[in-house]
Amino acid sequence: MSKRVGTQTVAFYNPPYVKSYAAIAGPKEAEGPMASCFDALIDDEYLGQDSFEAAESMLLKNTIELAFKKANINTQDSNYIISGDLLNQCVSSAYCIRDLSAPYIGIYGACSTMAEGLMLSAMLVDGEFADVCANATSSHFCCAERQYRFPLEYGSLRTPTSQWTVTGSGCVILTRDQNIIKVTHATAGKIIDMGIKDANNMGSAMAPAFADTLAAHFKDTGRQPSDYDLILSGDLGKLGKELAIELLKKEGYDISGNYNDCGVMIYDLEEQDMHCGGSGCGCSAAVLCGDILKKIEDGTFNRVLFAATGALMSPEMSKQGESIPSISHAIVFEHA
Amino acid sequence: MDIMMILKAFLVGGLICAICQVFIDKTKATPARILVTLVCVGVVLGLIGAYEPLVKFAGAGATVPLSGFGYTMFKGVKKAIGEFGLLGVLTGGFTAGAAGISAAIIAGLITAVLTKPKIK
Amino acid sequence: MSNVGKKEYQAMANARAKKSPLGKDCLFAFLIGGAICAIGQILLDLYKRFGLSNDIALPLVSITLVAISAILTGFKVYGKIAKYGGAGTLVPITGFANSIVSPAMEYKPEGWILGVGVKMFSIAGPVLVYGGLTSVIAGLIYYFIKGASM
Repeated sequence: MSKRVGTQTVAFYNPPYVKSYAAIAGPKEAEGPMASCFDALIDDEYLGQDSFEAAESMLLKNTIELAFKKANINTQDSNYIISGDLLNQCVSSAYCIRDLSAPYIGIYGACSTMAEGLMLSAMLVDGEFADVCANATSSHFCCAERQYRFPLEYGSLRTPTSQWTVTGSGCVILTRDQNIIKVTHATAGKIIDMGIKDANNMGSAMAPAFADTLAAHFKDTGRQPSDYDLILSGDLGKLGKELAIELLKKEGYDISGNYNDCGVMIYDLEEQDMHCGGSGCGCSAAVLCGDILKKIEDGTFNRVLFAATGALMSPEMSKQGESIPSISHAIVFEHA
Repeated sequence: MDIMMILKAFLVGGLICAICQVFIDKTKATPARILVTLVCVGVVLGLIGAYEPLVKFAGAGATVPLSGFGYTMFKGVKKAIGEFGLLGVLTGGFTAGAAGISAAIIAGLITAVLTKPKIK
Repeated sequence: MSNVGKKEYQAMANARAKKSPLGKDCLFAFLIGGAICAIGQILLDLYKRFGLSNDIALPLVSITLVAISAILTGFKVYGKIAKYGGAGTLVPITGFANSIVSPAMEYKPEGWILGVGVKMFSIAGPVLVYGGLTSVIAGLIYYFIKGASM
C-alpha cells in the first residue's frame, strides 16, 4: 500500500509517536512572553564556552540530552539523531553529537530544519527503519550575527523588516511505542523563490514557500484549514505572517482564524523592540518543543499543522546579487 | 570656548550625518558603501578646493565625519607632492591618515585583549 | 506560487513592509552625529588652548575620538547608541573606529593572527582601499595641473 497522498504528502500508517521533547532558550527569549514554557533558560550566552559556536553546540547538546533523559533512553540506544543548524557545515550539530555515540544524519534546511528532521525521522520510524529517532536543531543569536551580518559590537541600524535570531534549541524523540502525540502526515516543500533579495526581509522571502506547501498539503489531503486547531509557521515574523494569509486567500484557503507564527509568538515585538519577530532554527524548534507539543498532550489542541520555513541563502550569494530561495515542510501532529 | 564654533560644528556635522541617513533609508545602501562614498567625496572636494572653506567654517563638524578623513588624505598628498614631487602622490594620503588608522589598530587590539562581545 | 507572479508578489510585499521612519532616523542621526562633531570641536579648542598648533591638534582630536569610541565599544555602549544614531554614529571617525574595534573583539576565538588580524579591517578595509585609490588619482590630477600651471 502506497503511503503517498497526492503529489507532495505522505501519510504514516504506523504512526510514529512523540516519546519526549525538550526546549532550552536564551536570555532574550527569557524576557519574552514564552519564558515559562521552556525547560531551561540560559543567562550566559557563552554557556561557559570560549566561543559562540561552542556555546551553541553546548546548548544543542544540553537539549538533546534532556530530551533523552525525559524519554528514559540512553543516547546510545537511539537509532538515529537527525540534526542541523545555521552554522557553516552544521558544526553545532556535528560537534555536540560526536560526544553522544549515536548514528548521526546531518541536514541543512536553514530555519525549516525542525520540520525537515521530523519528516525524515517520522518516515524512518514508520518505515520500521528506526525504533528510536531523535531530531534536534538550534540557533544562537551571536553566531548568526557574525556569520550572516556584523560583529556583535558593530553599531548598525536594524531595518524595520529585520528579524532577531532566536537563541534556543529543541529536540523531539520519535518512537514506535504508542503514546499521546502521533505524527500523521508530512508534506515536503518545494523551493520557492519569488525574487526577494533583501536578507533583512526574510519573512517576505519565505511566506510564498509556506503558502505553497500549505496549499499542496490541503490539496493532497483534501483537508481545509478548519480541520486544524492550529496552523503554525516557523519564523515568518509579523510581515511574513500577513503575506502568508494573503497569499493563501488567493489560493482559496482562509487560515486567518487559527494561524500563528513562532517568530511572532516568542517575543513581545513592541516591548522588546524585535521589529518583525524571531527567526532561526531554534525559533520554531523551541516554540514547538516548549509550548505546542505540551498543548497537544494536554488536549488543548487536537490536531496541529506545523510548517517551519527556511531561507536558503548565504551571505556570499546575497552579495552576488542572488535572490533568496525558500522552503517549508509541513508536519501534522495529532492527539492520539 | 568658542561657543559659535561648537554650534557650527554641531550643525554641519549633524547635517552630513543626516544626509547619509537619507541615503541609507532610501537606497538600502550598506554602511560600507556609505563610508566608501563619503571618503571619496572628501578627497574629491579637497581636490577642487571645496572642502577647505567648510573646514574653516565648521571645524570639527567637517573634519570628524569620514569625508574629513578623505580631505585629510588629499591634504597629505598635496603636502607630500610639494616635498617629494610625484612620489608624494603615493605617500601623502596614508601619511596624513596614519594617526587615525594606527590609533584605531592599537585601540582595536587593546579592546580585544580586555573584553569580549555580549548580546546587545 | 501559481496564482501570484513574481513582480506582483514583490509589489505586494513591498507595500506591506514597514518603511524606515525617515524623519525620526534623520533627526537622531543629526543630533547624535552633530553631538560627536561638537565634542570634536570642544577637544580641538581645548588642545589649541594648550598651545598646540592646528596640525597637531587635529590628528590629536581624531586619536581622542578613536579612543573614546574604542572604550564605548568595549563596554558594549557604542552599539546601543548606534541603534538610534544610525548614520550619526556610523559617519564620524568614531564609527570608523567602532568598525575596527568590533571585529577585533569578535574574532578573538579564531586567534590573534587569523582571527583578529585578518578580520580587523573586514568592514573598514574598503574605506582605506578606495580612499587610498581616490587620493592617488586626485594626487596625480593635482600634480599634473600644478605642473602645467608652473
